[in-house]
This record gives sequence, structure tokens and C-alpha cells, in this order.
Amino acid sequence: MSDNSAGSTAAERGLKGADETVASFEERDVGLVRRAQAFLHRFPTSIPFIVLLIGIVIFSIAAPGKFLAPFNFSLILQQVTIIAILGVAQTLIILTAGIDLSVGAIMILASVVMGRTAVVYGVPVEIAFPLGLLCGLACGLVNGIIVTMLRLPPFIVTLGTWSIFGALNVWYSRSETIRSQDMQEAAPFLQWTGTVIKPYDFFSRTLGLDWVFLKGWVLTYGSIVMLLVALAVWYILNKTAFGRHVYATGDDPDAARLAGINTNKTLIGVYALAGFICAIAAWVLIGRIGGVSPQAGQTANLDSITAVVIGGTSLFGGRGSIIGTLVGALIVGVFRNGLALSGLELLWQDFAVGVLIIVAVTIDQWIRKLSA
Amino acid sequence: MLKKIMLAGSILALSAMPVLADEVIGLITKTETNPFFVKMREGAQAKAAELGITLQTAAGKYDGDNDGQVAAIENLIAAGAKGFAIVPSDSKAIVPTIQKARDAGLKVIVLDTPLDPMNAADATFATDNRKAGQLIGAWANKTLGDKAKDAKIVFLDLATNQPTVDYLRDQGFMQGFGIDVKDPNKYGDEDDPRICTHEISQGDQEKGRTAMENALQKCPDVNVVYTINEPAAAGAWEALKAVGKDDGSVMIVSVDGGCPGVKNVEAGVIGATSQQYPLKMAAMALEAIHSGTLPEIDPAVGFFDTGAQLVTAKPVDGVPSITVEEGLKLCWG
Repeated sequence: MSDNSAGSTAAERGLKGADETVASFEERDVGLVRRAQAFLHRFPTSIPFIVLLIGIVIFSIAAPGKFLAPFNFSLILQQVTIIAILGVAQTLIILTAGIDLSVGAIMILASVVMGRTAVVYGVPVEIAFPLGLLCGLACGLVNGIIVTMLRLPPFIVTLGTWSIFGALNVWYSRSETIRSQDMQEAAPFLQWTGTVIKPYDFFSRTLGLDWVFLKGWVLTYGSIVMLLVALAVWYILNKTAFGRHVYATGDDPDAARLAGINTNKTLIGVYALAGFICAIAAWVLIGRIGGVSPQAGQTANLDSITAVVIGGTSLFGGRGSIIGTLVGALIVGVFRNGLALSGLELLWQDFAVGVLIIVAVTIDQWIRKLSA
Repeated sequence: MLKKIMLAGSILALSAMPVLADEVIGLITKTETNPFFVKMREGAQAKAAELGITLQTAAGKYDGDNDGQVAAIENLIAAGAKGFAIVPSDSKAIVPTIQKARDAGLKVIVLDTPLDPMNAADATFATDNRKAGQLIGAWANKTLGDKAKDAKIVFLDLATNQPTVDYLRDQGFMQGFGIDVKDPNKYGDEDDPRICTHEISQGDQEKGRTAMENALQKCPDVNVVYTINEPAAAGAWEALKAVGKDDGSVMIVSVDGGCPGVKNVEAGVIGATSQQYPLKMAAMALEAIHSGTLPEIDPAVGFFDTGAQLVTAKPVDGVPSITVEEGLKLCWG
């Protein structure tokens, strides 16, 4: 003990005259940046909110009169609903440091199973709809089982199942579109998610309230389904043991295992739940396009990953939130709609989304430095 | 171990022999999933069974996948095919590989999308997409009558890089409608005030709806919507329906003639669509390769036009059209 302290004193004496403030932060110069970094580290979800606000301000100026209107915001909300629901599923997977490339394919397959079974094969929708949900769940389960039992990287597994589910889609759908009118006749329930609601009319009719700020807003039941799905998954992640296991497994699987968590069971649960949520997205998709298009959703998997990443969820697992993903999806929607209304070509929309992704990951890395 | 693998290999080769003994003809499409190509393949399969030949089909992984098609051609050369029909994904990049196949003695017939240059293939069977566009353009103009001069038109196009089929249909529509197209091989350079906006639908129903929603924000008083294909038209209809514009105030025109599309003409969703004939293209190509004789091709056109017919429930004078019933008999997908 005494030897040690003597040694260190000797070393310190050797440093005499050198800058003795090396270990302290330069409060005045970097204080603001540091404080921002600390703030963002504590509240990572605030970044997407800030980006969303910046986007709204920019496009209010770039497309005056058109962008900043309740109806336009309603449109954006409707346009991002499907990607947001897939994003919730994707968030679950990415929280475990995995990735799911097959979410879009699961959604389309489930929509084909629901729609074709009901409309073409004339099965009652009470059976066809649960069958579609079950199909999504089964696809997710397959992903989860292969990831855990064969110990393969999720990227590879879902790259494979993306292809497999896509082939099953072509086989079952025969690439045939189901028209909106046929759907309405045979299974109107599947279109329910596309039903329009006007909140102002609703509240003035039912409660006699004159909430002027609601005028102009147009929602669909699909948006409400999205919020319910997000709420349910938020609850599972934050208020249940399973949810804590998901975060723990993603943060450090070895530590989680040592702490007594059955990580395999957790992972299978996560993939199955994600598959089920994709099937709910399928229902919302049918509502949005009126029918079933086996060609739709080609880019949905990457779009969902984009929403998750921009929403501040770390691709390295263990950190992120559902609310961030919803805002992430909204950001993409705001930028795409805003750029379109400003008269810019689609290629610049793609350009902007690309920049957003890189900025989001850069910020994520920067925040992580503080925790390291 | 090595011996075993070699043995297995030779057994595989032997089992492939009977196929080689047959006459093999290939069909390469852009993708596996697009109903247009699915039906094309079905038409080819039926024809192959009738002619007693072996059909070997392949496709790119996605629209624009040139490498996938190059591999498919190499496989057909290796299989000793007599020839093949191909819908090129990239009409320029595939040309050297097609030359290689022709040098190896294969007959090559290009379907749907002509090569650049067109004479790089033995023959081309295709829809005249500009004519298809002109038909719906002329129909829209005649149907509007006097109102055509104050029309507000939204274009739901295919992609930002304007592939051949995209600008041919778009510009054809304009020519048929009576709009000065400036450069006839490019859209977006016109200054006619009736053009409200060009949006990109990617030929997809969901993206078509989004494109129409954004277009409506720019052009609330739109009354004509041109769509690159029928899925885009169906998506546009959902967007119009959501804002109560499904009351006949907006006319949608399209190109393709798939069965869901023709049924949408019947239902009044689409005013008119130009129908094309993928089954006919594929069947004709197989027959030509099998018999070795090509149909007569007008050198002025450069390709064999498999035809495009206007399908509408409301015919107008001066624009030839067929009825919905006839369209349903000929439809695909």
C-alpha cells in the first residue's frame, strides 16, 4: 500500500510543471456540446423530435400554404402508417441486435392469404383474417427458430426467408391482383382499416364539442390500429419482464444469459411477435389500397429499417424506443411529402432520406461515446 | 471424396441428357412476379406443350436486373437451346450477350421492350407503346370535347430515369391529347399549362395512391389522370375516393389491359385503357423460333406490332375501340 502511494507521488513529482488539468473537461469551450451530448444520451428520443420539427419548419417555408395544413398532415400520417407498423416490428428485432429483411415479404404474404382466401376461395372472412394473422406469426416463428436453433446471423436468415416468403406469395397469389370492388363485395371487413374518420365531426356529433383545432384532420382506422400496436409493444417492452429481457438480450446476450434469461426463448418470442405485427400491417395495407396487390411493398423492408434508424434505435441492439420509430417514420413521410410539394423530383427525396440515415447513425455513434 | 463428387456430377449430367436431346427454347422475363410476365410465361408454356418442345424459363430478380438475364442467356447457350425470347431489363447493356448467343447459333426474339439498337436481335415483337398512349390521349380529348382546352392533367409515371416504356406512353398520351411534347423522347420539358404535375408511381398500387395524394395537394382541380399502368390507376382511384372525387369529375386513363384493369373500366374507375397482348407475343415467338421462319416485319416500324386496342365502355368517334366484354375475353393477369 505505502509502496504504491510512494510510487505514485514520485510519478506525480515527475510531472511537475506539466498541465495538471488534463483530466478535467474544458467547461467553457466544449461545455455546450458536452451538455448537449449528455442530454441526448439521457433523452435519445429527443433527436428525432428535433429533426421532425426542423423538417416541418423547412417545408412550411419551401411549400407555403400547401404543406402546413391539417389535411396535408393527415395525408402524411396515412402515408406512413404501414411503414410505421412494420417499423414497430423491426424495432423489436433491432433491439436484440438483429435485423429482419423479411418484414415486407411477410406483410405481402399475409395480405395475400387474407384477401385471396376470402375473395377468391370464398372462405368466410372470420376464418380468412385469423388465417392471415396466423401466417404472419408462423413466418416470424420460422425466422426466430432458424436464428436461435441454427445459430445463424439474422441478416442471413431473413435474407433467405425474404426470398422464400416472396416465392410463396407468387405461388399462392399467382401474381393476381384483387380489386377494391371485389374486396368490398366479399370481405369489406378487410377494408375497414381504410375507413375515414373526421375527428371534428366525431366529437361534435357524439359529445357536442366544437373543437376547431380538429377541423380539417382526416384519419383512418389504420392510423388508430398503428397507435394501438405501438402502445401495446411499448407496454410489453417497458412494463413486462419479457420486455426487459429483450433489451438485456440485445445489450449483451452473454450477460443476459448469465443473469438467468433464456435468450433463445426471448429471441423466438421477438421474431414471432414481429411476424404477427407484420400481418397487422397487411390488414392496414389492404385498407389503404382497397384490395390486394402481390406487387406492393417491394421496398417496405428497407423503409422500415430506415424509420427505426432515423428514430434513434441503435443497430447494435439494446437501445431504442417505439416512440422514436413512430417519429422516424413520420420524418421520412414529412421529407418525402414536403419535397414533393416543393416540386422536387423523387430522386432528391431518395437523396434526402439517405442523408437522414447517415446523420442519424452518426449521432447515435457520437452519443455512444459518452457511455463508453 | 473427390471421386464421389465426380460420380455425382456425372450422374447429374446424365440425368440432364434427355432434356438436351429435346428441342429447348428459352423465355427470359424481367421479373418472376409481374402478372404481365406471369401470363407471358403461361402463354409460352401452353405453346411449348402444343409444339412438343422443352421450355426453359428464367427471369431477373428485379426490374432492371441485367446480370440475372446475362446468366440466364449463358445457361441457355450452355444447354444448347435453339433460341430464346427475352424481355430485356436493360435494352442497351444486354446487347453484347445477345450477340454472343446469336454467334453461337441461337435465334433471339426480343419481346415487349426493343433493344437499343433494335436490329441487335433477330426480330422484335412488341406493343407500340407510343400508339397505346396516343389511343388513350385521343380518347380523353374527344370525351372532354370543348373542355379539353381547360383540362388539368396529372401524370402518374413509372420512374425518374424515364425508361423507354415510360416516356413512350406518357408522350404518346400527350400527342394523342394534342399537347406539344417538345422532345418526343422525354417528358417534363413541355410548357402546356394544362399539365399540372408529373408524379412517380413506380407502377405500384400503394405508391400510386401516395403519388395521387401528393398530386391532389398541388392540383386540387385535376380532371384528367394519366397512369402508366392499371395498378397505379387503382391506387389513384383510392386517393380520389378518399376526397370524394370518385363522382365522375375526374377521368383516369391507363395502359395494359390486365383483367383487373378491364374490370375497372367496366366499373367506371378507369375511363379507357390500351390493352396489350403478352400471351400472343410469347406464343408467336416460340412458334417463330421453332419453325425458323419470322413473320413479315415492316422495315419502317422495325418491329412486329402485336397490337394495342382501346378498351372502353364509352366509345368516341374517330378513336377505334373494343367493348369491355371483348376486352375481358382478351385480358391477362
